[in-house]
Amino acid sequence: MKLRRLSLVVLLLVPETSLAQTPKEELARLRAVPHEGKANEASARAWKDVVHRGPAILPALLEAMDSADAVSSNWLRTAGDAIVERALLEKKPLPADQLEHFVNGKKHNGAARRLAYEWLCRLDPKTPDRLLPGMLHDSSPELRRDAVAAVIRAAESQLAKGDQEAARVALRRALAGACDKDQVDLLVGQLEKLGEKIDVAAHFGFIRQWRLVAPFDNRKESGFKKVYPPETKVDVRAVYKGQDEKEARWVAVTTNDPYGLVNLNKELGKQKGVVAYAYTLVDSPSERTIQLRAGSPNGLKMFVNGKEVFYRDEYHHGASVDQYVATATLKAGRNEILLKVCQNEQTEEWAQDWKFQVRLCDTVGEAVPFSQPK
Amino acid sequence: MNMSGISKTRGITIGLFVYVILSPCYLVTVYSAEWPQFRGPGGVAVSEEAGLPVKWSATENVRWKADLPGRGVSSPVVAGGRVYITAASAYREGRLHVLCFDAATGEKKWERQLASTGSTMCHPKTSMAAPTPVADTKGVYALFATGDLVAFDREGDLRWYRALERDYPDITNQVGMAASPVLAGDVLLLPLENAGDSFALGVDAKTGRNRWKTPRARGVNWVTPTVARFQGKTSVLFQTAREITAYNPVNGEEQWTYKGENLGSIPSPAVLDDLVIVPGNPSVGLRVSDGGKPERVWKSRKLPASYASPVVYQGRIYALTGIGVACLDPATGEEIWRERLGSGFSASPIVAGGKLYVAKEDGVTCVVQLGDKPKILANNALKGPLLATPAVSNGSIYLRTENRLFCIGTKK
Repeated sequence: MKLRRLSLVVLLLVPETSLAQTPKEELARLRAVPHEGKANEASARAWKDVVHRGPAILPALLEAMDSADAVSSNWLRTAGDAIVERALLEKKPLPADQLEHFVNGKKHNGAARRLAYEWLCRLDPKTPDRLLPGMLHDSSPELRRDAVAAVIRAAESQLAKGDQEAARVALRRALAGACDKDQVDLLVGQLEKLGEKIDVAAHFGFIRQWRLVAPFDNRKESGFKKVYPPETKVDVRAVYKGQDEKEARWVAVTTNDPYGLVNLNKELGKQKGVVAYAYTLVDSPSERTIQLRAGSPNGLKMFVNGKEVFYRDEYHHGASVDQYVATATLKAGRNEILLKVCQNEQTEEWAQDWKFQVRLCDTVGEAVPFSQPK
Repeated sequence: MNMSGISKTRGITIGLFVYVILSPCYLVTVYSAEWPQFRGPGGVAVSEEAGLPVKWSATENVRWKADLPGRGVSSPVVAGGRVYITAASAYREGRLHVLCFDAATGEKKWERQLASTGSTMCHPKTSMAAPTPVADTKGVYALFATGDLVAFDREGDLRWYRALERDYPDITNQVGMAASPVLAGDVLLLPLENAGDSFALGVDAKTGRNRWKTPRARGVNWVTPTVARFQGKTSVLFQTAREITAYNPVNGEEQWTYKGENLGSIPSPAVLDDLVIVPGNPSVGLRVSDGGKPERVWKSRKLPASYASPVVYQGRIYALTGIGVACLDPATGEEIWRERLGSGFSASPIVAGGKLYVAKEDGVTCVVQLGDKPKILANNALKGPLLATPAVSNGSIYLRTENRLFCIGTKK
């Protein structure tokens, strides 16, 4: 009788859903979160079940992040954080060896590896010293960034000691891994002080050669959705009837800006309420998935090999390197890239820019190999 | 009432009783120990708490302070003895934090992180942690400029989570969303007004699912909505530079709209009985009649719209100008007095214990005794920047600098 009572108490203590669910099933419920919060109640129950499992579920939770999208990853991330926070508070052990094994497993999702790394850092503040040296070319942007920062610190220390050659080697090594603009700018500045010349545009993978054509009508911001001839087929010898019957011809430009910036006001003359197209060819040594990272304060569409991969109908709210990210596939051999850059009719002084910059990189932000035909 | 001598549980109960029972319309002056949303209970930016400190510094009258893991311009909120706050860290603020502290001791109760799922591009002055969270007895609801919207309970358990930029890919703007969500009963009200897809959203606070979704004019906007009550009907006011519209917060049905020009796109409107004070250049006073139609009763250039929202206290309007504070007559919009306080106002002023607290970007908070004539009582310096509107609860003022949270109060 006592045993039956005890069993009942145990049953009541176990969350209802976990009676029928394995940890794998609970994690699977968090890995498929639909839009608009349509399964929030079920996901919240799964979240509690997962947290209830405690530290033992952490390796499986991290593996679940491998195949989760960004939204599901956040459900899993918060569950993991709650488990770790409570375990540390209650002085329960974490599976540190498994976590470190996961961090070192380069096939795993970068965000999940970073999460495991942060948990390890909470267990042992010396974790960065142990793990970061091997992460200068890591597939996790955050781990790579910290690894680059560690080498920069080492280089600065060498500079402070007056060892310029050792510092130069370290800075070069850091630059090879650096993808974030602030770190690249810092490294380029330091290296140039040591007499090095860096091709920043090549480092980032900015496209430098373009053909431009304008003006097509964008009065009242009406041109963004209109399909003008270059969107159907590009013929760089064609002469189009543009806005108000003006002739629109392709012109070739090469930008020498270190961040690949093309200033359309300079290249095409200042115009308002117009659309310009920018077209280029890139040769890729292999077929691969890439990111097009663009910056522009203007309405922007991007097409790769005739397929629209990005749109943003927004004007004069700032521009920066890597402002927009689109995913696309480059074929082995020749590829066409077309941009539609729309200028509106705002009259304010701060609303006059008409410009863009585009680079080709991988998911971490490292330039992918490509060339442009002469 | 000085809440400091009352047990925490009893204080919470009294606060909730006054907020929920005596002020069922979610607004007007609320004598509560809670400060659950942007500009406090009902969004009126008024606390009747007495015994608040007038003077402080980094070392004087600091009950506790806590380093935050990242930047932010969101305000702290206080409910159920907990202080909730948001922050953003990592390169380009790709990491989002929700933190919970014990309001009395500053002990960190929990912290949860999200990886941002939306654009993190914004003006350098703002942050992905710009919208102020909103709290109730169940926990906290936090919106980030990335469109990540999350609800945690008091203990840090995830109640629900949504990535609004996944649900609606065109909602973000490149300047940075900053309007705060507010609660009306069990509906979480979200202004998502952008250069792309623009709408107001009523979200079920319990489930995180949509109750309603109403189109709004396209254009970036940062106005936190105001919940008010006119002739027995609850309304939520959404304002842009071109209009202010009242909706039923339960179902999103439009109740009335007023079309204007050069209205504010950042400060929130204030309400005094049936008068809506709409910040703008010029500002306008709207009388909401029995039929629910607004009628403009005055225009005033003495109440310029910039970042800070006006506050109404004891029948007067207090609004920040470029260089100080102006006191205005709500019947006419005419100025009664003005006082120089310097410049650099991003936070909204609040009134607590009959004094105006004005936090400035350089970290100085000016304390002004209100009355027929103003009197500057103190200029209290902390290391800035200080862009977040202060919160008041349980005899303390909670101030958030860029990456630190201070609990200001006399020692208990």
